[in-house]
Amino acid sequence: MATVTYRQALRDTLRAEMLRDENVFLMGEEIGLFEGSYKITEGLLKEFGPKRVRDTPIAEEGFVGAAIGAAMLGLRPVVELMTINFSLLALDQIVNHAAKIYGMFGGQASVPMVIRTPGGGGQQLGATHSQNVELFYSFIPGLKVVAPSTPAEASAMLKAAIRDDDPVLFLENLALYNTRGELPADVADIEPAEIGRAAVTRPGTDITIIGYSRMARVAAEVAETLAAEGVSAEVVDLRSLRPLDRATVVESVRRTGCAVVAEDDWLTYGIGAEIAATIQEGAFDWLDAPVRRVAMAEVPLPYAKSLETAALPSAASLLTAVRDTLRATGRPVLETAR
Amino acid sequence: MAETTRSAGTAAPARTRRARGAKAPRRETHAAAGAAAAAAATDAATLVGYYRQMLLVRRFEERAARAYTEAKIGGYCHLNLGEEATVVGLMAALRPSDYLFTNYREHGYALAKGIGADRVMAELYGRSTGVSKGWGGSMHLFDAESRLLGGYGIVGGQVPLAAGAALAVSYKGGDEVVMCQMGDGTTAIGAFHESLNIAGLWDLPVVFVVINNGLGMGTTVEHSSAEPELYRRGAAYRMESARVDGTDVVAVRDAARTAVERARSESKPYLLETVSPRLKGHSVVDPARYRSKEEKEALKAADPLARMALELEEAGILTHDERDRLDADVTAEIDAAAAFADASPMPDVSTLFDYTYATPVPGDSRRLPADPVFRS
Repeated sequence: MATVTYRQALRDTLRAEMLRDENVFLMGEEIGLFEGSYKITEGLLKEFGPKRVRDTPIAEEGFVGAAIGAAMLGLRPVVELMTINFSLLALDQIVNHAAKIYGMFGGQASVPMVIRTPGGGGQQLGATHSQNVELFYSFIPGLKVVAPSTPAEASAMLKAAIRDDDPVLFLENLALYNTRGELPADVADIEPAEIGRAAVTRPGTDITIIGYSRMARVAAEVAETLAAEGVSAEVVDLRSLRPLDRATVVESVRRTGCAVVAEDDWLTYGIGAEIAATIQEGAFDWLDAPVRRVAMAEVPLPYAKSLETAALPSAASLLTAVRDTLRATGRPVLETAR
Repeated sequence: MAETTRSAGTAAPARTRRARGAKAPRRETHAAAGAAAAAAATDAATLVGYYRQMLLVRRFEERAARAYTEAKIGGYCHLNLGEEATVVGLMAALRPSDYLFTNYREHGYALAKGIGADRVMAELYGRSTGVSKGWGGSMHLFDAESRLLGGYGIVGGQVPLAAGAALAVSYKGGDEVVMCQMGDGTTAIGAFHESLNIAGLWDLPVVFVVINNGLGMGTTVEHSSAEPELYRRGAAYRMESARVDGTDVVAVRDAARTAVERARSESKPYLLETVSPRLKGHSVVDPARYRSKEEKEALKAADPLARMALELEEAGILTHDERDRLDADVTAEIDAAAAFADASPMPDVSTLFDYTYATPVPGDSRRLPADPVFRS
């Protein structure tokens, strides 16, 4: 085992998949000569050449559509979109084409394509470059949306996404790229994940905290803090936003009796709204307190650090919501946690 | 020879504005003259074959319009009436192994690409025997075997896809060509320009074909395009391009052959514009009130099928009686197709969840509207 960054895990996995299958190729803005805006594709142009590491013009609708067309003929393109904000320029191709081609033509052509793209605020990038719009894609049947939170998960999930015959939006996060985790020395040894399975990443008995991508990591951090206070928090990492593993969420809440959802997107109509609805339908009789959501403030994310920090969900805001929820259960055992 | 342009060094063309509406095609183009010469070189049997295919498209579309008013066909229904020569000429330039992407006005292309009228009609009827198993309808015909890779309902949606398919051909070192059909209105949308740029940059074997019928729904080309000579848009991408009379099947075939050959042998994209009238409204339900009575009268004179019938008769290739027999034959084929569609079953509701994902997912949602999320 080796300790690597999320960035390195992605890069090594892309390389391993390209070595494994010559139909796998990369497309995107600045991924070749420039080696990627976030250096995920570092060294790959040199190793594989321009046929398999294809720099594109700034034309998201055009090159995402081209990737879909190439996938229809059996190639396995992995597209990098510089940020998820730019995916909006390709929305028609992703939603009306990638997601529809398999069903609309009665299963005659599939679209084995991956779109890798980071979301995330907190970098003072301002309103148009800091959004988390994974919800748009999670809403669409025909798409798969995965959002791994650790290097090992990112590697296993990227393998699964590349080998999957459906279009997969692979959500990364700017704040995760430099985070570290354990990975086998040879990424070829990593088993592909099963897309559509959430994971209980930390077992607990008092409360369930549900997160994905960056917020799953924040949830783990918060659970650690709570443990020191004598509160046993269970963490569920959704890992996949579509398909959504409702069973794992509900089973956890049936054990703990209360839940907080941590999401990086906006609260109204957000991912957390779907999770909360799932919990009320699947664990209504087990709930000791209303489900809470911790999400971004409902504003276009400002540039100024003071405002940006205040707007973003954090370990501190999640901790507050967890404590409020525990208090709302009225359980005596938790008096010590106050 | 079609009217062609190369980008670099071409002097800015004088702006020519066509009259409002889909007037008769510009017969004065070089394409028309060239076609006459080519027609002489095309044997009689081939010409009769083209005529029969055009007739098949015509009778199919007329039948579709009737079936639509009888509520056998739902949704939208866009017809190729007036575009028969274009459809047949374009398809005659392709090999069976070549790929085709189209927009939503594509019934005729499916027939001319070699799909049986019965399976196309069944798709319009929403039956499980349809080319897309009843999942697509009129706008979304697809047949992997004949390499029709989809009719697409979103204007411009198919254009990047076609560029991508051509990228796959080139990636695999194949010799197939991808043809991408679209309407005149598509040349205003971003996807068109992004795709032409990409195809030009990457030397992709794709032929973009703009079917200029003068109207995007009810809006004329002159009202939607700053450059109404649409083929000239190729110049911005250093792409060879041409305009051809879309009512002349041989002229269309020859212009398309030039384009396809260039794509196949040199792996270069090409932009071909065909000009032909749209004989009826945008779709079956559109009475085309935005067209004047004079325009509608003029359309009759521009009917490519009537024109070809006359030419074949004058050339002694097809007599009036032979034409009637051909028509009866084609009409019988269409009747049989409609009967097949009518007798075919609708898709079973148990198949509703079969085509959401190609790779199965755990806990796949197979929930009907009133079903609970959790069954206890």
